[in-house]
Parts: sequence; structure tokens; C-alpha cells
Amino acid sequence: MKKLINRQAGPVGRWALGLLPFVILVVLYLVASDARLAANPNDKLLPDLASFVDAIQRMAFEPSKRTGEYLLWQDTLASLTRLALGVAISAAIGLVVGIATGALPLVRAGIAPLVTGLSLVPPLAVLPILFIVFGLGELAKVVLIVIGITPFLIRDLQQRAEEIPAEQVIKMQTLGANTWQIILRLVWPQVMPRLISAVRLSLGSAWLFLIAAEAIAATDGLGYRIFLVRRYLAMDVILPYVAWITFLAFAIDFALARYSRWRYPWFHQAR
Amino acid sequence: MAIIELNNLWKEYGDQVVLERLNARVEEGEFITVVGASGCGKTTLLKMLLGTERPSRGQLLLDGTPIPDEPDETRGIVFQRYSVLPHLTALQNASLCGELDANRWLGRAFGATRKAIRARAVEMLEAVGLGAALDKYPHELSGGMQQRLALAQALIKKPRILLLDEPFGALDPGIRRDMHQLVLDLWREQGLTVFMITHDLAEGFYLGTRLWVLDKVRRDAQSPESYGARLTYDLPVGDSKKGTLQAIARNVHDTSRLLQGATP
Repeated sequence: MKKLINRQAGPVGRWALGLLPFVILVVLYLVASDARLAANPNDKLLPDLASFVDAIQRMAFEPSKRTGEYLLWQDTLASLTRLALGVAISAAIGLVVGIATGALPLVRAGIAPLVTGLSLVPPLAVLPILFIVFGLGELAKVVLIVIGITPFLIRDLQQRAEEIPAEQVIKMQTLGANTWQIILRLVWPQVMPRLISAVRLSLGSAWLFLIAAEAIAATDGLGYRIFLVRRYLAMDVILPYVAWITFLAFAIDFALARYSRWRYPWFHQAR
Repeated sequence: MAIIELNNLWKEYGDQVVLERLNARVEEGEFITVVGASGCGKTTLLKMLLGTERPSRGQLLLDGTPIPDEPDETRGIVFQRYSVLPHLTALQNASLCGELDANRWLGRAFGATRKAIRARAVEMLEAVGLGAALDKYPHELSGGMQQRLALAQALIKKPRILLLDEPFGALDPGIRRDMHQLVLDLWREQGLTVFMITHDLAEGFYLGTRLWVLDKVRRDAQSPESYGARLTYDLPVGDSKKGTLQAIARNVHDTSRLLQGATP
């Protein structure tokens, strides 16, 4: 028999091994839930499957008794809008400032220290300031995401822009390019796939800031709902919401990865 | 008038002397091969010709005026690696200089201009043997094909001077011979002035019209960097005697060992 370090899983085996931990977790949950419900049928901490189905039915497919809206979808729309706005604004700022500081030494000398300083400010610590300055509306939540992830995006893209081999910058000049053309035809296209991977990395923090902001001041949104029903120990709502958020995060990440592979084959295949 | 003139050219970094007392005149259309041990200042000389390094003393003249101190379209270059842009296909790489010319702000061409630029690029790519690889990205091309593309990309701009920095150093010997032929053909066709750097002495002995050897005349084992390299040989290629070549090889080898830290 081969040594353990040389043994590989086959295609079926890989799926089976990958699914196994999930199955174990679900079984563990069901056993624990059963045990608690046997002791106390009104236990709210580990609801059984039927309560989940019930809660999902209520949140997603029945209009709310109070507002007449389908809550899950409304929360999803509200949260995704905030997330998309926040991430899009951050990506745009990150791209422009990152390219400027990465490609132009003079701009780097002027701006890089400021960005480094800003990136060290804990975003949640400035949340009260945001609420004071921007009010409790949508703006403050979007700005929190922007403040939270933009410094990372700027610094990452600056580094990627600096990593472009000097040979290529020289080459562009020998082909007659001016500074703007070098940025437009060399730096920008080469940094784009790197922007996508930086955005993928920063999405985790973006969700964190979004849910934190929604938990504190909002009237809808996935984070708002979770923190609202927490008051009633409504685990049958919280757990499906958490699963839904996880799924959304996964889907966005997957879509970005696929888009990048399709749009920038030279970047992914050359590695 | 000479296209390039070196007048008592020195290059020093602090105490370290890289090149000292270089004097030469180069006429338009010459093909100069520069050989020497690694660390002997070949690349430094090339960088000065390119404009990314400046002479510490003396003059480096292009058409009688000091050479511009940043790269521009008078001097084309092919590096050993990273010469072509990885995010553009072969055809886009070859069309690039035309597109940069066509629109100052967008760096792209449209309509009839675009067609004309592409047609010229295709023609050039066919001339270097890449007619079948127009829509391939550089990472899909072999090392030799990438260098062909780099040559096409540089030459389509019609630079007056072409600088080659060990362009074939990473290629297999057979492919290298093909590339030599290609470079010689293109040089003859376009009437270029070529500077080619190589650490392969044999390459320098038969390629081009003129051989420069950069070598340290004074070798100090205790501090090899306190004396720079000079132009020890400036020979026309072809009529150099066997003995000369062996002497050059021996000298370069000694300097090479000195720079690698061997004791004489």
C-alpha cells in the first residue's frame, strides 16, 4: 500500500469526503435538537426541521401580517443593495487611487502614508461618527463598508501596480506611449483581474460591516432581521437567515471567480 | 555624422566603478555585439543607451546631442523576458504602437485606421513567422515565439536604434540559430542600428558587423569593484583571427572568475 502522503481521492471519493463533515454536522444537530425537544417541547434553542420549514415558509413565501411584504426577499434586496453600493464605490476608489499611487511615484510619495494611516483606524470605532455625520439612513451603512474595505483595496492594488515588470513600462515608452497611455493600456488592464481577487478577499469584511451597521440602526436588511428576532430567541428564523447569508456570500464569490476566469484568461492561465 | 558617440564615458555607483573611459563612434546601420563577463557593465551600458541610467562622467551622444534620459521611440528594445504585454494577444501586441500613435488619449484606433494598423501588424507577424499565432496570448507561445513577437513589436515602430538585452539567452541552441537569422534579416531590411548584448562569446564572434568586448583591464582581487570595465576590443566581425578570439575568451573568463569571487 502507498504511503498516506501519496494517496489521492478519486473524483467520487473527493465529493464524498467533502460532504461528510456537513452530513456529520447536520446529524449532530438533529440528535441534539431531538434530545432537547424530548426534555422540553417548547425549547427554542435547537428547533427541529419542521419549525425551520415553517419559519422559511413564513418569512419567504407569505406576506408579513404587519407590512404585507415578503420579509426575506425585502431584507435580501436591502442588504444586497447596500453591499453592492459599498463594494462598488470602494472598488472604484481603490482602482483609481491604487493605480495612481502604484504607477506614479510622485503621487505615491504624497498619498501612500495617508492611506497607511487610514487603514489602521478600526472602522467600527468610527461608526458612531458616521451615524452622527450621515444620519441613520442608508448613507451611513454604505459609508461604513467603504471606510472598512477601501484602504485594503487601495494598498493591494498599489502593490499590484508596482509589481508590473519595469521592462513592460519601458517597452511602452519605446513604443511611444505617454504616461496616460501607459496607465490606460498597460497598468489598468493588468490590474483589473487583481481588483477582482482583492474584492473577493474583502467581501468577508464587507459583510461584517454591513451586518454590524444594520444591527445598530436599520429598518430592514438581513442583519437587522437577525438582531430583531434575537429578542424572541427565534432560532428557527436566525439559523435559516445565517445559512442564506452564507449562501449569498458563496454565490457572489463564485460568480466573481468565474467572471475573472472568463474575462481575463491570460491572467489565470499564465500562472 | 555618427549616430551614437561615447566620449570618455564613466559610470559609477558610489565607490563602485562599473564602466570607465569608454570611447567609440557608431555609424548608422552598424550591428554591434557587446560581450563580456556577467557583472561587467554590459547591461549598464545598455541602460544608458536606453535612457534609464545616466552617465556619471563623460558624454553619450545621439546624433551629436546628449541622449534623452528617459526611454522613447527612437530606441526600441527587446529584453530577455517580460518584453511583450501578457494581457494582449500577439496581434494586439503588434498593433499597440500604431494604436498609441493614432489616439493620444485613448491609445486605441477605430475604423479605417484600425484596419490599416492591423494589416501592417499581420504583415509584420507573418514576416517573423507568427502568422499562425495571431490570436494567441504570450503565455500560450513558446519562449522563441515570444521573442519573435517582441522583435516584431519593437520593429513595427521603426526605431532608429534597436537594443537587444540577451534576447536569446533563455532559448535552446537550435532556436537561437533561427533567431539569429531572423534578426540579421530584419536588420538588413530596415537599415537599423543594433546593439546586442550577450554573454555568449560565440554569438558575438559571428553575429553583426562589430564586436565590443567590455572587460576589466585592471583586476584587483581584494576589491574588484574599484576598477571599471573598458572597451578592450573593438573589432570588425569576420576578419578577426583565431588567436584574438581565444585571447578575448581567456580575458573574459578571468574577469568572470574574479567577479565570482575566485582567488587567482
